[in-house]
Parts: sequence; C-alpha cells; structure tokens
Amino acid sequence: MNAPQGDGSGSGTQVRHGGSPGRSRGRNRGADRVMVPDADFTSYYGRPIVKAAPWEHDIAYYLFTGGVAAGSSLLAGGADLTDRPGLRRAGRIGSLVALLLSIVALVHDLGKPSRFLNMLRVVKLTSPMSVGTWILSLHGPFAGLASAAELVGMLPTRWQRGPVRLLLRLGRPAGLVGAVTAPPVAAYTAVLLADTATPAWHDAHEELPFVFCGSAAAASGGWAMVTAPVAEAGPARTFAVGGAAVELLMAHRMEASMGLSAETLHTGSAGRWMRASKVLTAAGAAGALLGGRSRVLSVVSGTALMAGSFCTRLGVYEAGMASARDPKYTVVPQRERVERGEQVRHQG
Amino acid sequence: MIGRNSLFGPLDPAPDAGYTDPPKRKGFFTDTSVCIGCKACEVACKEWNDVPENLFEMLGTSYDNSHSLNANQWRHVAFIEKPATKPAVDLGMPAVGAPVSDVPEDEKPDFQWLMSSDVCKHCTHAACLDVCPTGSLFRSEFGTVVVQDDICNGCGYCVAACPYGVIDRRKGPEGDPKVGIAQKCTLCYDRLTDGQRPACAAACPTESILYGDVDELRQRADERVALLHERGVMDARLYGNDPDDGVGGTGAMFLLLDEPEVYGLPPDPVVTTKDLPRMFTRAGQAGTALLIGAALSFVRRRR
Repeated sequence: MNAPQGDGSGSGTQVRHGGSPGRSRGRNRGADRVMVPDADFTSYYGRPIVKAAPWEHDIAYYLFTGGVAAGSSLLAGGADLTDRPGLRRAGRIGSLVALLLSIVALVHDLGKPSRFLNMLRVVKLTSPMSVGTWILSLHGPFAGLASAAELVGMLPTRWQRGPVRLLLRLGRPAGLVGAVTAPPVAAYTAVLLADTATPAWHDAHEELPFVFCGSAAAASGGWAMVTAPVAEAGPARTFAVGGAAVELLMAHRMEASMGLSAETLHTGSAGRWMRASKVLTAAGAAGALLGGRSRVLSVVSGTALMAGSFCTRLGVYEAGMASARDPKYTVVPQRERVERGEQVRHQG
Repeated sequence: MIGRNSLFGPLDPAPDAGYTDPPKRKGFFTDTSVCIGCKACEVACKEWNDVPENLFEMLGTSYDNSHSLNANQWRHVAFIEKPATKPAVDLGMPAVGAPVSDVPEDEKPDFQWLMSSDVCKHCTHAACLDVCPTGSLFRSEFGTVVVQDDICNGCGYCVAACPYGVIDRRKGPEGDPKVGIAQKCTLCYDRLTDGQRPACAAACPTESILYGDVDELRQRADERVALLHERGVMDARLYGNDPDDGVGGTGAMFLLLDEPEVYGLPPDPVVTTKDLPRMFTRAGQAGTALLIGAALSFVRRRR
C-alpha cells in the first residue's frame, strides 16, 4: 500500500482496503533470535504511534566522534601529566579531529542549520540537548586550545615566539580543563537518546551511559594505539581494554533490562551492527591485552576497537529507529502495564 | 520555575511556567461518540493556520487519507471499521446512531464506524517542551504548548520526545518558509488571545470537539461518559482526563469507544522527562567512572 513519508511502511499486512486495523500478530522481521514471543496487539493500520527522530546518520556518527573526542582529551591530559609527549600528541590531535567532525555532524542535522546558535539562547536542565550544547561549549574551546598548542609545538622553533609562545604555555592548563570536562561529553549523549519516547532508547536509560562511556574509552584508546608510539601507549591500552570490558558487560545487562524493545538490538540492521560491535570490541581488547608493544598488533587491535565502538553507536541508533517505527514496541509494554493494573500514576 | 511536581504529577502548567494570574487553562474535549467523520476540523485548521498540503493519496485505510498527525496535519480524523457489536440484551434504550429501520438484521452491514478527530494533547507535562533546547516551544498563558517559528532551529528533538507522535519537522512543500522546523497544533493561540474558539472547534458541526476551560471540560467528560454508560454504551471511556496519569493529564482529552491503540493512541503514555533525574544520575556515575578509569590507566603505570 501507499506508505507516505516513509513512516508507515512495511506494515502492508495490516493495511487492507476498507479494512479494519483489528488485532494483528507482530510481524517476524527476519528475526534470527526471538527473545520474546510475538505479542498480539492492536494498532491503527499498523502505523507507528511515536515518531522516529527525524535525524540522519549524522547523529550516530556524532555519538562516535563525541566519544573519541572525550576519551582523547582524557588520554592527552594524562599523557601531559606523566610526560608522554607522543601519547599527548595523539590524544590532542584525535580530540581536535573528532570535535570538528562532531560540530559538522551536529550542525548538518539541524532543519535550519543557520540557526545553530539558537542553542545558546537558553540554559535548560530539562533538555539534555541544551545541557549537552553547554557541555560542548565548555569543553570544546579548552580542548581546541590544547590541540592548537600541540600543532604550534610542531612548528620550527624559530617561529615559536610572541603569542605563539603564550599559546604553548596555555597548552597544559587548557588540556587539563579539557580532560576534566571530557567525561560529561561522553556520558550526556546517552541521556540525549534516553530522554525520548523512542522505546529502545528510553528503555536503555539505566545502562546506556555506561555503554557509551565504555565505548568512548575503547575508541579513544584504540585511536591512541594506532597513532601514538607503542612505548608510550601503555595507558591507552589499559584504558581501551577497561572501556571495552565495561561496554561489553553493560551492553549485556542493558539487553536484559530493556524488556521487549531489546528485540530491536538483535534484529535487522541494528542486530548486524551490534553483533559486529561485540566481535570487533572483544577482538580488539584481546589484541590490546596480548599484543603488548607490537606495532602491527597495536594498529590492528586499535582499529578494531574504534570500529567496534562505531558499530555500537550505529547499532543503538538503528535499534531506536526500528523501535519507533513499529507500534508494537510502544503498544505492547503499555498495554501489559494496563492489563496488570500498573498504569503509571502519580502517587500522592 | 521548579516546583515539586514540575517533572511529574498533577499541576497547573501556566503558573508553574511562571505566569502570575494567568487565564484558566484551556483545552479540548473531543467526544468521538458524536463524531461523524466530516473532516471539517481538518479543513478549518488548515485554512486558519495556513497549514500546507499533507499528501494526496488514497491510502486504502477506510476514509482516512490524511494518514496521521504531523507537521502538515494538525487535526487528523481516524476512521476505523470494525465488526458491529450487538448488545447482548435489547434494553429498549434509546440507541446512539441511526433511527430504527425496517431492514432485517442480517441484511445490515456487519461493521460499525469509529471516528475520532485527533489533535495535539497539550500535556500538563509536555516532553516536547521539556526537551526543546532553544526555548522555541513554550507554555502559553492558556496552559497550551506552542512553537515559536522564528526560534526553532529544527533540531528535531521534540519529535522523538512526544509520547503521542504529534509534533514533527516540516519536510515540504519546497519553498514553504517553515520547512525544517517543528510544527504542530497551537490550540489556535492567535484566536485564543482574541477571545475566540479554535478553528476546529468552531467548525465542528456536531460539537464533537468542545473547547473550554480544562477543569470544566473534565467535568463535562465525566458526565458524558456516565450518560453513555447509563445508555448501555459500556465501551465508552475517557482518555487523558486523569491529572495523575503519565503526562499529568492532557489539555486535549477524548471520549473513546474502544481501546486507545485502536485509534493510534498509546494506552499508557508517560512523559520521558519523568525519568530524567535518574538518567542524569546514571550518566554522572558513568562519567565519574570514565574519569577514574582514565586516571587509573596512568597511575598504575607511573614509574
């Protein structure tokens, strides 16, 4: 049948000319692993109830680059304090590249990109996007300053005078502020997704911040393993392995706690992303753990860790989109609450 | 303004938003038992608010060709054809619907209509408004939720936040000045400030759409559902009238004749920001763990 605006598609079985929505069985979407039996539920011609976020993949990419930026700032700060110039450089440059990509993705996804600065009209604690904008506005300039100092430090010595010298001096304090303000950058994106009516995102709100922070550590550690000298990259390997472990463990717990919408993490394109993420993250962590100072293994496992983190972000993003497009994930849990007499009601 | 129930629970939204001495909260009571599916509300809304075309398609979904509430459809009449329910015992009560005919029972069509004009709920706790990062969405003095077109930057966050799937980012037609920004029912804010009824309520020929003070509408809804129950229409139920529900009650409430999901409404909607304190707590814990993890990665190796 006609599926205008691409939101009511795929539900053809429930759309009959002049027919009634009636009770319909949830479709088997080529599930390779059915966690919960298909539930009987009623919908209006199979159309979605909640709307999927009108975002493109930019936002999923941003989830990844934001994580890399945050973790890289942390690694750069630690490297600066422990006298590891190679690791510091890798971290600061990683942070700069990731921040620039983040800003491009964020602005590009607006319906009116020219009004990007309207984000700064208000400070609104009930809006994770507002909170996130201010977190980025705090973190970005300091991390950027540290990165600029790093780039200037690579210039020939004879150019390093006057304001350039000042910039070099500011590198450490700016980098440390950047490091301290980095964790909120990695964590808030989980709240950004969870604070929606999108079933698979909201249902994940207990564990998603840990998954994303772990993913940020794994990806930034991976970046440093690829780009920093192996002799200095020890902390990056530890950071990456720890992050990968947290990501895998918390993703596992998340799938158990989400309820029905966890299904969307196992099926369709989200399922493929999540499976790839687990394999890559586990393999990358094993390589980081066992590879030690091998240059080749460092590059391979660092790349795997970054790719794993990227897949996690895409998987979570796609799962949310799928859960919004299928009314089942909105109706069934709510209907079950009603049937149990456990509607959400304000108590006293 | 942060009060005790600012995120969840019964509340009068306009004073909570900072208005001193606002007018009484305004809303709709849409009584679907008298809706005849004429779509006058859809047309009046489009005419008054200059809402552009939505789509021109035959959807094959009964008489519903406007598909859903979205940026270009601020009133949407749902049409459901379902097998007729015959009363188990004829109580000899006055029936709702057509007068008694002499057509034999088995020759009558075996279905009944459900028709309902859906609209933005103007929630007491409006997720769209809560999550809007620019302040474009605001609470009016009438307790309604309105988009300021010249502020919205089209981030689309409100779209994902609405538990009813009402608000949407306008995608077309090309050249429309509001393409790219969030759009939805304003409860005809401009008409309200002039003491007039919203266009849809004014156009409704059966008074299926009632406009008025929310507390009075809640009372009328209670009376109406009691009357229908008395007449044997036991399927009649109210939707959105409970100030203790997941969104703190809606400004636009409904009388339905079947389960909400039959009409495309969520059976137990909850404002997502109810859980926001918990989400920020968990994010804070995760961020702290990340900071400590980074520090430990270095400390353990310090020579």
